[in-house]
Amino acid sequence: MTEKILDVKDLKLYYKTLKGYVKAIDGINFDIKRGEILGIAGESGCGKSTLGNGLILLKKPLNYISGQANLNGKNIMNLKNKEMNTLRFKDISIIPQFAMDAFSPTKKIKTFISDIVSQHNINPDEKFFDKVRERLDMVNLNHSVLNNYSIELSGGMKQRLVMVISTLLDPELLICDEVTSALDVSSQRFVANMIGDFRDKKIIGSAIFITHDLSILYQIADRIMVMYAGHIAEIADSDTIVKNPKHPYTKALISSLPKNDVQYKDEQLSGIDGTPPNLLNIGEGCRFRFRCKYATDICAKQTPVQEEISSGHTLACWNYKKAGSDKNV
Amino acid sequence: MSETIMKIDHLQKDFSIGLMSKKKVHAVNDVSFDIKKGEIISLIGESGSGKTTIGKLILRLLRPSDGHIYYNDKDITTDYKNKRDYYKKVQGIFQDPFASFNPLFKIDRIFDMIFKNFIESDKNKKEKINDALKCVGMNPEFILRKYPHQLSGGQLQRLLIARALIMDVDVLVADELISMLDASTRIDVLNLLASICKEKGMAVLFVTHDLSLGYYISDTTLIMHRGNLVEKGKTSLIYNNPVHPYTQMLLKSIPDIGKRWDKNEKFLPEDINKKIDDFYKNSDIKKGFIEVEDDHKVLFSL
Repeated sequence: MTEKILDVKDLKLYYKTLKGYVKAIDGINFDIKRGEILGIAGESGCGKSTLGNGLILLKKPLNYISGQANLNGKNIMNLKNKEMNTLRFKDISIIPQFAMDAFSPTKKIKTFISDIVSQHNINPDEKFFDKVRERLDMVNLNHSVLNNYSIELSGGMKQRLVMVISTLLDPELLICDEVTSALDVSSQRFVANMIGDFRDKKIIGSAIFITHDLSILYQIADRIMVMYAGHIAEIADSDTIVKNPKHPYTKALISSLPKNDVQYKDEQLSGIDGTPPNLLNIGEGCRFRFRCKYATDICAKQTPVQEEISSGHTLACWNYKKAGSDKNV
Repeated sequence: MSETIMKIDHLQKDFSIGLMSKKKVHAVNDVSFDIKKGEIISLIGESGSGKTTIGKLILRLLRPSDGHIYYNDKDITTDYKNKRDYYKKVQGIFQDPFASFNPLFKIDRIFDMIFKNFIESDKNKKEKINDALKCVGMNPEFILRKYPHQLSGGQLQRLLIARALIMDVDVLVADELISMLDASTRIDVLNLLASICKEKGMAVLFVTHDLSLGYYISDTTLIMHRGNLVEKGKTSLIYNNPVHPYTQMLLKSIPDIGKRWDKNEKFLPEDINKKIDDFYKNSDIKKGFIEVEDDHKVLFSL
């Protein structure tokens, strides 16, 4: 369990635009241990999807600036596309956002799967499809879906099928980007549980689960990483994040979530004022300071450093001690 | 507070599918409920359950196949004229705030259009706009000169609420109002909506698939499944004592922060249709839409 499968050190990924760099991922440090599900949460535009996509494929205008992302001890950021291709799908695989809308409308599911795997030098014979059928059983899908077109399937079924396809080669690391967001609550629970199931059955080694919905993460993730505007705010195990957060942003985010026993007429939750900053050519300093009520002079001058305050609990904030003692957030 | 302003009476909407239109889909099947002044009703269901169709029927964007909608005791389903008068008092806000504004118009022109179309007199126009904007927590000086693309989703959504405020509407249909907003901003929009309802007596039909937000904001909850209204009543009664299997399933699948799902429990969304059929079959004594306790009704058979 303690072996690190992915170790990211001071990684910087910027989008190049005509006006300059958009610093979408700006110096982040984290790791994923074998057999772990790491949840990444944050608002839209915080860089969580950029991180997921960047680990798989650096596509223009996204540029690798500096830092490392070591997958099994090998920095994948410096690999050529051809070398990376041998890793994709086997060592590291992704379910991109809206993947379930990306099925070919003119191909049957079986043809679609054959096409994908033959790209990876696998012969899509009957033996291979026996494995596919086995996986379909695991996610409670009928074998007949192989002969269907994608429009004949419901959203939940398509999402499950996407999960089966992305994990066919038993990847060591699976990146799931907003896989539950477009689903109904009932399918949401099933798909979320599936990822845990796949991990327990050793089909996937570990997983990164990216979503904006903290309450889903709490259900399935071992550890949660909260991102804000290209920086990491806090990383801790999910119970700590939810019940004892230290970073002012995490605190505010948790307190803005609806709970099962709070109604407007009894108690009013509060959101966070303001909006995230524009990341174009953004300078030094804590990026949450504009919305933070604990902000001091140092927050504007220096970017907070990620420090480990207790075992497995990392955060980046200059004033977390002050914020930590404040119960009324 | 308990004055009924809108009455939905056995509403039915069928859509025909296929070229020869022999087959019909009951998008909304025999749905009745009342909307009271200042009440927040959340209409909850999965995709395809007919919740948006009800919103559209109330907004007269669709014509019902059967049944009636009474607004202030006047049947609006047979009254094809006076749409403009109706829209002065009943308005809708939709999911995508970016698609709700004309991108070529500045915000002040959008407000001008309300006055031109729905309010006869221009008297106190500036004052009214400023009041409404202040009410939604926005600075009129800053906001009126902006184009929609210069504003965030939360700001645009609040502008839509401000628009409803200027018109002083009675019923607001909010279709997935906050599902495109981030967690940190959506709760503020909800708080704003709820406080306006209490102050001005505006009723809101809050169409959503998010049960936890529905619980937070609404007084009354309606649960839809495949076009049928399966459970309706006071929000706290429905969430604490769900009777219909579909409601029970929905409540079990909410990701609740602070409490984990039971890992050993087998949870298959496919099972639910069979469960509902069994439920309808086995309830011999009770038939139809029946009250199980005060202000809590459940559909026992189709």
